[in-house]
Amino acid sequence: MSPATPDVKTLKIDGIDISARSDQTVLEAAREHELSIPTLCHLDGLSDVGACRLCLVEVKGTAKLLPACVTRVEEGMDVTTKSDRLLKYRRMILELLFAERNHVCSVCVANGHCDLQGLAQAHGLTHVQFPYRYPKLPVDASHNRFVVDHNRCILCTRCVRVCDEVEGAHTWDVMGRGIESMVITDLHQPWGESDTCTSCGKCVQVCPTGALFEKGRARSAAKRPDFLPYLTMMREEKR
Amino acid sequence: MTSEQLHQIATDEAASRASRPRRLHVCVAAGCVSSNSEAVKKSLEGAVGESPLKGSCLVTGVGCMGLCSRGPLVSAEPSGILYQEVGPADADEIVRSLDGLPVARLQCSRDLPFFKRQVGVVLENSGRINPERIEDYVAAEGYAGLAQALTEMTPAQVIEQVSRSGLRGRGGAGYPTGLKWGTVAKAHGPSKYVICNADEGDPGAFMDRSVLESDPQRVLEGMIIAGYAVGASRGYIYVRAEYPLAIARLNIAIRQAKHLGLLGTQIANTEFDFDIDLRLGAGAFVCGEETALIASIEGGRGTPRPRPPYPAQAGLFGAPTLINNVETFANIPAIIRKGGDWYAGMGTERSKGTKVFALTGKINCTGLIEVPMGMSLREIIFEVGGGVPEGRKFKAVQTGGPSGGCIPEQFLDMPVDYDSLAQAGSIMGSGGMIVMDDSSCMVDVAKYFMEFCMSESCGKCIPCRAGTAQMYDLLAKISEGRATLDNLAMLEDLCDMVRHTSLCGLGQSAPNPVLSTLRYFRDEYLAHIQEKRCPAGVCAISEKEADA
Repeated sequence: MSPATPDVKTLKIDGIDISARSDQTVLEAAREHELSIPTLCHLDGLSDVGACRLCLVEVKGTAKLLPACVTRVEEGMDVTTKSDRLLKYRRMILELLFAERNHVCSVCVANGHCDLQGLAQAHGLTHVQFPYRYPKLPVDASHNRFVVDHNRCILCTRCVRVCDEVEGAHTWDVMGRGIESMVITDLHQPWGESDTCTSCGKCVQVCPTGALFEKGRARSAAKRPDFLPYLTMMREEKR
Repeated sequence: MTSEQLHQIATDEAASRASRPRRLHVCVAAGCVSSNSEAVKKSLEGAVGESPLKGSCLVTGVGCMGLCSRGPLVSAEPSGILYQEVGPADADEIVRSLDGLPVARLQCSRDLPFFKRQVGVVLENSGRINPERIEDYVAAEGYAGLAQALTEMTPAQVIEQVSRSGLRGRGGAGYPTGLKWGTVAKAHGPSKYVICNADEGDPGAFMDRSVLESDPQRVLEGMIIAGYAVGASRGYIYVRAEYPLAIARLNIAIRQAKHLGLLGTQIANTEFDFDIDLRLGAGAFVCGEETALIASIEGGRGTPRPRPPYPAQAGLFGAPTLINNVETFANIPAIIRKGGDWYAGMGTERSKGTKVFALTGKINCTGLIEVPMGMSLREIIFEVGGGVPEGRKFKAVQTGGPSGGCIPEQFLDMPVDYDSLAQAGSIMGSGGMIVMDDSSCMVDVAKYFMEFCMSESCGKCIPCRAGTAQMYDLLAKISEGRATLDNLAMLEDLCDMVRHTSLCGLGQSAPNPVLSTLRYFRDEYLAHIQEKRCPAGVCAISEKEADA
């Protein structure tokens, strides 16, 4: 028997011919070739949920916009990641996020290393056209090391996924629905009283904004979510 | 259970009917129950018990007879005389009239176009059989289709008949049912599932509820046939907990079907096993979306996930899953019994068969109807539905619930099928039709549906979660006379963005009510914005705002 031929696909992303393994997503293939596609809910090492809609791309021959994070590469695909329409939608999505809760960068612990702020700058967002909703949301500082400030949360659910998929504790989940949704610890108990939380801090490291941060600092240090692919790789090695 | 045994049940049932030729059918579906039909039934039973007809007349509960606005409805068989708005006090008079002249003051003519223009396929037994007795269903040719499929047809032949029928998904999107079945049949997996989507949640829609309350066995039979066709051995009915009567009757139906060996192992003495369980939804509209529904059955939060993979490839517990709506399954027994070509003989070129609609709003005959696809909106609303009451002027009909749109007068002669409705900016949807007259404000209607979408958004994706909230705020601003033309432009921008970027059908279709009202009733929006005036006089625009 001949050795199995690696299943490789060739496709075009933004006019550039690239090759990718058939199990890769458009997002992975693009980033491998240093073509940037913005994301907020995606994080290497976590499952993808396709929730933030920032990575939507146009694929020739498909009427719908597809999320690059969960769309597998296909032979002959012709992907556009930056059209006027996509850029307009991305800006609107970012504006909706800024207007949804309370994102005042100048007084936020994550100022300077916030994914939302970074994306806004990258997209030249200087103002928000939608009225700010400013809901009055609580800040839970009951944990001895960490704080959750719901006003800064964008509901990307990275914390929920890292706690469930990597730490295995499933302390975090989402409560309510629609505009009323909130991340919660256990059955909506104060974080400090959570029976399941191991205080590992992974959720804090993967949080893209200032919603989860360590106590004792006015400015939180840069988040370090890079441990995730490493953890995943080491686990697979062990198996 | 074999065909012969089924035939025996039908014969016994016919004999028992012959021994008690007179029957009084009392509607016990939700509409009539809420106008006290249970008391009417009790009172009729009492009256029969004290009359000389005791022993030759049976009072029995039946499913929906359609004309819900005139309930409680009672039908005297075999003459078929229909009585409307019957009260418990009318019982004696009705029983005394059984062998004489009908009670004129209660009589409702069967010659109304409401009855004459209907064609019963899904509702063929509705209002004629007792939904709590499987024998009634069997006597009405029930389970004959299943016996035929299991003993005379291969799974491929069953799918062939469904494909030939041209049946399209009755949940709203109109995906060809035969194609879906074929895809699941071809998918590989150690186990497969069949799911019946009974999470009907559109405002003003009650088709699925009525089918489940009136003829639950029919849905079970459709599911069992589907299970045989695609190679599944387990089925789930996901029904919303707000439908307690439907749930109770489904439970009875499942128990009776199991008792007769129509569910369980070795059905009809073949190697085919199939079981059905109920799962109750906790009232989230988004759980009608198939991937959210599957997540909910799995025990998770009812939130949708991106497709592909479609449930046909990877659905419930990762297995290939066939998911169809109640009405789709309810069509199947008749299609198998009478053949796909028979079904395809009804309807239009691209929309075959019949469709059940729930007529509500400003219409004389509120209730449930089943008509061939392709009937015009004018015929449905003005003939079958009896037109707009109090001499008011028809303004628009809303189809497809919060995912649909408002269709104005100029389209009244349009045939009702999947493609025409889509062209007019609405959708077929599951079959709700809300008729509006000139007293309705279209901005207010759009605001109502946007509020619904906002509160039913699951919150997973940003465009739907935050976009619907922003759109609702803008619509509220317009209806209060506080908006500018810039706000209107922003609303249209948001509609475009939410429609094209949302994760699931709820968000993608949430702008439809706004877009369709803007398309046909833009002048009403402009009147609110520029003249600070609500033409229909619905929206409260305060004097102060209007002066400003």
